[in-house]
Amino acid sequence: MLKIFKYSLYDLARSKWIYLYTFFYLLAGFALLYLNNDMMSGLTNLLNISLLVCPLISIIFGIMYFYNSREFTELLLAQPINRNSILLGQYFGLSISLSLGYFIGTSIPFVLYGLFISDIIFDFILLLVTSVALTFVFTGFAFFLSLLNENKIRGFGLAIFIWLFLAFIYDGIILLSLFLFSQYPMEIYSIAVTLLNPIDLARILIMLKLDVTAMMGYTGAVFNKFFGSSLGMVMALFSLIIWVLIPILLSIRIGNRKDF
Amino acid sequence: MIEVRNLTKYFGKLKVLDDVNLSFDKPGIYAILGPNSSGKTTLMKSILGMVIPQSGKINFNGEIVNGSYRYRNDISYMPQIAHFPENLRAGELISIIKDIRKSVATDEDLIADFYLANHLDKTLKNLSGGTKQKINTVLALMFDTPYLFLDEPTAGLDPVVLLHFKELIMKLRNEGKIIILTTHIINLVEEIADNVIFLLEGKIYFTGTVNDLIKKAEGNNLEEAIANILKANGNA
Repeated sequence: MLKIFKYSLYDLARSKWIYLYTFFYLLAGFALLYLNNDMMSGLTNLLNISLLVCPLISIIFGIMYFYNSREFTELLLAQPINRNSILLGQYFGLSISLSLGYFIGTSIPFVLYGLFISDIIFDFILLLVTSVALTFVFTGFAFFLSLLNENKIRGFGLAIFIWLFLAFIYDGIILLSLFLFSQYPMEIYSIAVTLLNPIDLARILIMLKLDVTAMMGYTGAVFNKFFGSSLGMVMALFSLIIWVLIPILLSIRIGNRKDF
Repeated sequence: MIEVRNLTKYFGKLKVLDDVNLSFDKPGIYAILGPNSSGKTTLMKSILGMVIPQSGKINFNGEIVNGSYRYRNDISYMPQIAHFPENLRAGELISIIKDIRKSVATDEDLIADFYLANHLDKTLKNLSGGTKQKINTVLALMFDTPYLFLDEPTAGLDPVVLLHFKELIMKLRNEGKIIILTTHIINLVEEIADNVIFLLEGKIYFTGTVNDLIKKAEGNNLEEAIANILKANGNA
């Protein structure tokens, strides 16, 4: 697996998209810190950007990358290598490259603005961890879709739809349902629907840490009330880890039965 | 020895291989013949574990190898259409595969044989179809493996290279390797094949020597024999 991982990294290191992605966060980080002149607000703004952009780029770039490396996969499958090693090597190659891009792009501006002497260092680390988790989740989705669909257009369309659905449509539906059934007790329901959306989970996880009640939204507030900050965070983090595992385990299952 | 037992493969509802039983035990060249979509490539890929059959076992030197991978150390495979990662240079691809296999490779001789030295620094997407096929050949022939699976190896090769390729294959055959190839070029089969396997709609129609096939199908030569078989079975 390490060898495949190495060659995946090597291949991605030549892709200008990874550098563009890093540069985007670099630019965003400097711009936000410059405009806000306050690290805490910079961080909250970066959070909002990360929650949209990390999933979007991971799933879109992921599906393009996995379709493009299909040839290499076929070549590797004829070699004496375990199928799981090939699949996992490619998955980790991409998810770790994207995570590194994010890490470098966001860390440089914050460190230069004095992250280490500020009191938000743990908040920042939590944001990094959460964004990396989202990167893994959505790279996993991309991998899953690319294995499931031979038709690239269909795979691409589904990828965009999953992102749109989890980033926007889902919240809309939840809000609507909460509004329609507002006479009923909705706490358990709203916790359940939050656990089912990795982006919401990531948002609530950081909101609980930052303790900005105003930005938690209804589900965040329920989470806070129900579990309290610390237990809520543990719950959210645990669920997010499960979310990381789901798509990659499904991908391996499909990949092992697939004909190449 | 490779033995294929009761191999059946569906793609969706389409039955591509239908209870195929085969064995490759003696050294020599086995040509798998058959019309398009008769299951030639699927048969090869099933033995290699790239295609997962619904039922059937692959016995490799007395061991059932479905789902395992180490046995591929003894097999070199040349795919039909050379799909390569586009951004790599030809030379890099060769060294990657060498690094993965960790076996002794004779790539330098083959590169000289196929006049590829000038192409090694080019990215694979910039190579012509024929040059890609040559790279494909180098990748398949550079390891000293007892089994060679060649899926339409001669497609896209120019006459000079083809001649050289045939010499190479004959040399490998005389070294006692088992070479399994698919092709549509009848001359090549008559020239080099020791055994012929004729696939028809996923079933084995015939196994034996070229002369036996000609006799069985009542033709004057292999070309006629094949035409007769296809006509008799409503394929032409």
